[in-house]
Amino acid sequence: MAPAPAIRVRPARRGDLDAVFAIDARVTGVPKRDYWLALYRRYGGGRDPGRQFLVATADERVIGFVIGEVRDWEFGSPPCGWVFGIDVDPQARLAGVGTRLLQAICDGFRRAGVDRVRTMLARDNHLVLSFFRSQGMMAGPFIPLEMDLSR
Amino acid sequence: MKLQKNTRLALFSVLEFASDPTRHIAAGEIAQRYGVSSHHLAKVLSELARAGVVESVRGVGGGYRFAANARRLTLMDVVSLFEDLGGEPSRREEGDDTPVGRALAAVLSEIDEIAKATFSTITLATMLRLIERQRAEASRAAPARPGAARAARRAP
Repeated sequence: MAPAPAIRVRPARRGDLDAVFAIDARVTGVPKRDYWLALYRRYGGGRDPGRQFLVATADERVIGFVIGEVRDWEFGSPPCGWVFGIDVDPQARLAGVGTRLLQAICDGFRRAGVDRVRTMLARDNHLVLSFFRSQGMMAGPFIPLEMDLSR
Repeated sequence: MKLQKNTRLALFSVLEFASDPTRHIAAGEIAQRYGVSSHHLAKVLSELARAGVVESVRGVGGGYRFAANARRLTLMDVVSLFEDLGGEPSRREEGDDTPVGRALAAVLSEIDEIAKATFSTITLATMLRLIERQRAEASRAAPARPGAARAARRAP
C-alpha cells in the first residue's frame, strides 16, 4: 500500500477557492461562491496575522480549510481568536486533517498575541462539536442568543 | 444538573474500563473504589454488558472489560441507558397549559437541549483526556505527599 501523502497547511491562494467552494457545498449542501470570494478578499493572502484563511493540502490537492480572525472587546471580552469555519473533504477525514488545521490557526492566533480561541456552531452539529471537544475546547463564558425578527 | 446514582456509577465504571481496554477489572474493585455495594454495581454492569459497552470475562482474574470504541461512544450513549434526559414529561402538571407554564417549559427545554448537546458531543476518549488534564493540574497544585501519586494513578 502506498504511504498516505503528507499533509501541508498554508495560507489560501486564489487558485484554491474552487476546491474550497466544492468542499463547503458538498458538506453544507448550499453553494455560495460569492460568499467565499468575499471572504478570500478579506481574509486571504496571509498578510494580516489577525485574519487567517488556511488550507490543508495533500499532493497539492486542497482537502480542507479553516478560517478565523482575532476579535477585540466584544461585550468586554479581551482580544481572542475566533474560528468561524472549518471543514475537511469527507473522503479525507479521520486522518488528522482537522487537527492540523486547528493547530495551525491557533499557532497564528498566538503569533497575533492572543491566548484564547473560541467558536460557535449549531448544537445539533455533533460531528464538528465532537471534533472541537476532542481538541480540548469546552463551553465558554458567553451564551449565544437569537431572536426571530419576523414576529 | 444532577445525574441519578446509577448513571453516575455507570459513567465511573465505563471510564475505568475505557482507561485500559485490555484490563479485566473485577466488579468488587470498582465498588470498593467508589464506596458502593457490589450488588448495586452488578446491576449497572449487567445493563452496560447488555448494551455491549462492556463484556464479562469469566474465570480467574475475570470481571469486565471495555468492549466499545472510546472514540465513538459518547457520554449520552451511557447516560441514556439509565435515564431519559430531557425527555417529554411523563405526566402533565398543574399550570402546564397556562402562558406561564408554557413559558417555563420553553426555558426548561432550552436547558435540556444544551445538556443533551453537551453529553452527545463528549466521547469517552475526550473524557479520558479531560481526566488526564485534571490529574496533571491536581499534581501541579498539590505538593508531593507520600502515596498521593499512587492514589491518583488508581482512579481513571
